[in-house]
Amino acid sequence: MSGTFVGMPAFPTAAREALGDTQLRRNLAHATRVIRDKRAQVVAEVEDWEELRLAGAAVKEVALRDLATHLETLEASLTRAGATVHWARDAEEACAIVASVTKAHGVDEVVKVKSMATAEIGLNEALEAEGIAAWETDLAELIVQLGDDLPSHILVPAIHRNRAEIREIFLRRMGDVGRPAPADLTDEPAILAAAARTHLREKFLRAKVAVSGANFAVAETGTLVVVESEGNGRMCLTLPEVLVSVVGIEKVVATWADLDPLLRLLPRSSTGERMNPYTSTWSGVTPGDGPQEVHVVLLDNGRTRALADDVGRQALRCIRCSACLNVCPVYERVGGHAYGSVYPGPIGAILNPLLHGVADEQTASLPYASSLCGACFDVCPVRIDIPSVLVDQRAAVVDQHRGDRLPKPEALAMKAAAWAFSDARRLAWAERASGLAGRVIGRFSRTSLPGGRAAAGRLPGPAAGWTGARDLPAPPEESFRAWWDRTDGGRR
Amino acid sequence: MRVVLQVTCVNDAMFPDTGKAVVRLLRRLGVEVDFPRAQTCCGQPMVNTGYLDEAVPVVRTFVDAFAGYDAIVTPSGSCAGSARHQHSIVAERSGDPALVAAVAETGPRTHELSEFLVDVLGVTDVGAYFPHRVTYHPTCHSLRMLGVGDRPRRLLEAVRGVELVDLPHASECCGFGGTFALKNADTSIAMGADKARHVRDTGAEVLVAGDNSCLMHVGGMLSRQRAGVRVMHLAEVLAATEDDEGMDA
Amino acid sequence: MSARDEILRRVRSALDGVSPVVEVPPAPRAPDRGDLADLFAERVADYRAVVTRCAADEVERVVRDVLGSARAVVPPGLGLDVPGALIDDGLTAAELDDLDAVVTRAAVGIAETGTIVLDHADDQGRRAITLVPDLHVCIVDASQVVADVPDAIALLDPARPLTWISGPSATSDIELDRVEGVHGPRTLHVVLVG
Repeated sequence: MSGTFVGMPAFPTAAREALGDTQLRRNLAHATRVIRDKRAQVVAEVEDWEELRLAGAAVKEVALRDLATHLETLEASLTRAGATVHWARDAEEACAIVASVTKAHGVDEVVKVKSMATAEIGLNEALEAEGIAAWETDLAELIVQLGDDLPSHILVPAIHRNRAEIREIFLRRMGDVGRPAPADLTDEPAILAAAARTHLREKFLRAKVAVSGANFAVAETGTLVVVESEGNGRMCLTLPEVLVSVVGIEKVVATWADLDPLLRLLPRSSTGERMNPYTSTWSGVTPGDGPQEVHVVLLDNGRTRALADDVGRQALRCIRCSACLNVCPVYERVGGHAYGSVYPGPIGAILNPLLHGVADEQTASLPYASSLCGACFDVCPVRIDIPSVLVDQRAAVVDQHRGDRLPKPEALAMKAAAWAFSDARRLAWAERASGLAGRVIGRFSRTSLPGGRAAAGRLPGPAAGWTGARDLPAPPEESFRAWWDRTDGGRR
Repeated sequence: MRVVLQVTCVNDAMFPDTGKAVVRLLRRLGVEVDFPRAQTCCGQPMVNTGYLDEAVPVVRTFVDAFAGYDAIVTPSGSCAGSARHQHSIVAERSGDPALVAAVAETGPRTHELSEFLVDVLGVTDVGAYFPHRVTYHPTCHSLRMLGVGDRPRRLLEAVRGVELVDLPHASECCGFGGTFALKNADTSIAMGADKARHVRDTGAEVLVAGDNSCLMHVGGMLSRQRAGVRVMHLAEVLAATEDDEGMDA
Repeated sequence: MSARDEILRRVRSALDGVSPVVEVPPAPRAPDRGDLADLFAERVADYRAVVTRCAADEVERVVRDVLGSARAVVPPGLGLDVPGALIDDGLTAAELDDLDAVVTRAAVGIAETGTIVLDHADDQGRRAITLVPDLHVCIVDASQVVADVPDAIALLDPARPLTWISGPSATSDIELDRVEGVHGPRTLHVVLVG
């Protein structure tokens, strides 16, 4: 039913391909700018936004630092409220639990609320292998699913598609899996949304089993929270007889009151609204209202690995708002697919290595997929210092290779630079050599920078990465330190 | 007050005019700076690429060179950010309590040039004259890591003769990012191309910033495009006076 | 070892030596923005919901006018005469899908965000009745309106299912262009009393 991230090349290679996709570039530039502006407007409305961020970060930190206690409390509250609690060490276990609950009810389909956790564990593919169809009901997820595509954004998984592409996907594919799109479908967003409404309504009305995630899980009350916009979440959480929610263990907050800063931070950071259209909360089973059989799957799948990382632990505060994606200059240009994960962008560049380690080349390339400009940290509602975690994960990548028999050229270059920079005499020597090179370039180069300084044009080898698109100023004949010595700091 | 210049490795080896401009500017304002020859680099290239062990001796060299000074002035937002925010990480990694203590001394005393001028010396009009159309790019580390705010702008606004025009989408990264420019060259170039376009849209003849590494990237692109825009470090603009012959001061 | 015990063991081991103490600064309060009912009405309308303000003795007439010929369902404890409306007694989803509208009251209104919260008491009914029909008429008393989210959280009972509603169903999934009306009620009409 959908594509796979398995086998994606490392980020620089995937990015190169994405950068050449002009339609993608245009779609992303438009969408990220719209949502950035909306966010900026509603955030500016909150006078004490910085204090609110501190409060939001703190309630998540409270939960994380005593996570075992809160998980046990959550389990007890949920059980008391009539829910069945399951625990899953990894994706495979979580998928098996959902499949077995579904099969126990003798159905071959489930309706799904958009959920990052279920996307992360590849639930749809696992259910498909068991003969169970998982219908995505969020509009963007539907677009991705119908298009045999991959999500490219946390909040808006089809952000890389424009209206014309979506119209084409609906016309071509809806009929294969249910009610077809009307033949006179236009590319007006309202018309496309109406087609999704009609297509999915029959699925909502007949579904026996629904699968969701949760934005938050309140330990003391056993309350799960789903934040959404379209009402597909409410449909799934309300109409079916059975509800299975897959919840990452980091979604826990200690108390009901702890929801306050988070419910104020999330919509403004995420969709750029004061509040999202619908937030549903439920605590287990309510007799006579909604699903009468409620399951909660508490998922690890690498979260305890991230929890053990003193610098990276803060990434588990993430509330999946995607503000960091929307402001990221790298994400804006290459889009989400290049990150090779359901978690793209700056948060994905730290979360994936933290969850899974940096042993494989693709994941190891993610911490480097950033210019460290820091825009992500500025907008993060729970103050995750993404640049610092990126640097720390880069160190993890480097450390992973410290024992290599054959060091990478980069490692040799860094060692050489460190050697030169550890003693000013060595640096001075290197500068004399570069001054000589500068003299040679100055003599033979036919390129000069505006203002007249000699420059190197296109150079071969490793320098090509730089000079392919940029002139490189020729090194000066005299370094600053040589000038200082010669002139006594300009006094002679 | 004992003031010392951390010229930075990039300026030392590639852009000595920036270092000379800082010396001239501060001398004009009555501040003589020392230049300890033992200084090399802040260690940022290693830290930001993940080579923390390799950064340890470099940071040690930094604190040895700058120990005992009241103020360390550097014409780079990114190197000041490195001293203030990354040296402690490297020191912790070294496991050497003496280095941890030393970076706790040098870090807070490190000032990016515009911070030093505005906060420590308390001046915004440095007596400069620069009769050109200029646009200013706030580099990421000066803007977000250090929080220099509008200090560079206030300094530029006080320059006589200058015509300062706003850069569209100014706070967006130029795409340099240290080794990012090589490891992810395509993305870096895509970002730089947009920054260069915004610069050209201003009609400025000079792009000014507080970090020569970012300027080398954007300026290198503008040069390749024969855009007719040159780049200059903030220090060189602030050092310029009526006595200078043209812009090559 | 069971998955449960294994995960809890991993969590404890990950946090070995990590202090659980975190200083939690108080979440800031929204500034005083004047009359709460006025702000609430303005902010609900910002979501392109319809807001009608009236006096208590006008509610019946207003609701009748809003409904027109729409076939409506009402919760058993609405406490308002809605001529021709079905009183919910456990209608199926398909039966609800054949109806046009629902009329309920609410538990709380939040001025700062223009949100109404249903706690699904007898005057609001089961969650399904406010979801499937296409028009939701929600009667909110001005005295139910609080300033901001923390005030609402303090009043609400987490043991009950809660539905927070801020405008009609909406999506921005196509080019970030906001469209009102997807799966939930495409029209939200708030009747603000007093």
